[in-house]
Amino acid sequence: MADTTASLNDGAPEVSSGAPHPKAKKMSKPTRKGISGSGIELAAMIGVGVVFLAAWEFLPPLLDVPRYIIPTLSNCIEEFGNMLQREALLKHFMSTLISALVGFGLGGLLGAASGYLLGLSRLWERVLSPYILALQIAPKVAFAPLFIMWFGYNSIPKLLVTVLVVFFPILVNVLQSMKTVDRDLINLARVYSMNRLTIFRKIEVPSSLPNLFAGLRIGATLAVIGVTVGELVGGNTGLGFLISYGEGQANTAMVFNAIILLTVIGIALYFAVAAVEKRVLHYLERQDH
Amino acid sequence: MTSSLELRNITKIFPDQNSGHAITAVENMSFSVKAGELVAVVGPSGCGKSTILNMVSGLYGATHGEVLIDGEVVTGTRPEVGFMLQKDLLLPWRTIVKNVEFGLEEKKMTRAERRERAMEELARMKLAEFADKYPHQLSGGMRQRAALARTLVIQPDIILLDEPFSALDAQTKLVLQRHFARTIAESGVTCVLITHDLNEAVIMADRVVVMSGRPGTVVDEFPIELGNRQDPLARSLEPQAGVYVKRLFDTLHLENQAA
Repeated sequence: MADTTASLNDGAPEVSSGAPHPKAKKMSKPTRKGISGSGIELAAMIGVGVVFLAAWEFLPPLLDVPRYIIPTLSNCIEEFGNMLQREALLKHFMSTLISALVGFGLGGLLGAASGYLLGLSRLWERVLSPYILALQIAPKVAFAPLFIMWFGYNSIPKLLVTVLVVFFPILVNVLQSMKTVDRDLINLARVYSMNRLTIFRKIEVPSSLPNLFAGLRIGATLAVIGVTVGELVGGNTGLGFLISYGEGQANTAMVFNAIILLTVIGIALYFAVAAVEKRVLHYLERQDH
Repeated sequence: MTSSLELRNITKIFPDQNSGHAITAVENMSFSVKAGELVAVVGPSGCGKSTILNMVSGLYGATHGEVLIDGEVVTGTRPEVGFMLQKDLLLPWRTIVKNVEFGLEEKKMTRAERRERAMEELARMKLAEFADKYPHQLSGGMRQRAALARTLVIQPDIILLDEPFSALDAQTKLVLQRHFARTIAESGVTCVLITHDLNEAVIMADRVVVMSGRPGTVVDEFPIELGNRQDPLARSLEPQAGVYVKRLFDTLHLENQAA
């Protein structure tokens, strides 16, 4: 969050305007050394993965760890097949994925809208800030049993938990960015006779986008946590349900698989947000190389 | 097209954010700028130079006294006033040409007219080939030229420049001072240049207004009779320029100050 906003303000000067024919230089291309360096990095990255998978497969039997404590990689793959056939894994997976997507979408929308609204009103922001802080600190997942008492064993409680979990980081990020919009930019727009709404649209919203996306990235990972907790506490569908179901049967491989699939959903959501961010914020100078 | 400016017995009192005490930024300050004139305002930091800029642009009013543009009291912001700061204030999410168009967007004109005006202005600033670049792809000097294009494209009657060169390296600064001096002289626009650089004030201005420390008030005011305003570099080589700088130096009592 901090590094994106910093590069927003001062892009490093690349060319001196004193040069006779200044040309804006493109980002420096990776040198040959850089390419081979990243090649070694990639090999090491894959190597670590292979070593980990091998250790997972061969260490537990070697150390006499029973499969209900740590199932090996092949145990998990075998169980994965079982789950596909017997437990309608696809249905559970889709249920969790859709809840996470819908919860993330709703939470993000509500969080951003509230952030912008509060950002527009100094008074309401000050009046509501202690309550927002309290709600932000309250562990949202602890609300799950409450929602189940209120709405029953259906998909509403887990959706609500997800929305709630996603809502706050996005609200806080957007609100923060609205408070730190460059006053001079707003003054410039005022001198150009722009009204409040135009300033909001042309200055404040675009200025806040890096922060909004930082919030969305956090929200994407939290969405999976929200859904999982909702499903763990009550319900009969979803990967969270499979975790508690597998636990009841001492089917550790099933728990492992569900966790892995939840992680996959989280990663997919995160990278989807990151990809959109990269497209929308293409004008920011990237420093990640 | 170009306007005169008069500040009449201006006092500005701010409530201090932390202590709640009132702070007098400027006190009973008066000076005027004739149409087409470039007046430099110099003074120690914290003397309320930026306060002047904000009051002239109409962002806030004076506590006492009044600001007049062409004899009319300034009561709010007006599109005939352009201002430029040390920061380029370019919107990073807009290309250079869209940044230049920014000031035109509240005017009644078609998209094509806007684009044409902006491109003309960019060509004048020798930035036409960078029209579709984003601000971060340009050097500091080029960004500041783009900011000047954005300021001039609205065809302002008065432009207020608040330390526009102070964030630049020494060479870029010289080149840009010459470029600005030419462009401003060509457009004939009235200009207030706020600066802490005494040399810059002497080589760029028709007249210099010297302010005291807080609360700021005018302590000296004299014309710079060097001619040749469009070429600050040539001006700086004239022996008389040094005399003016010395006078500013003495008026501000800089020799008594510890660094």
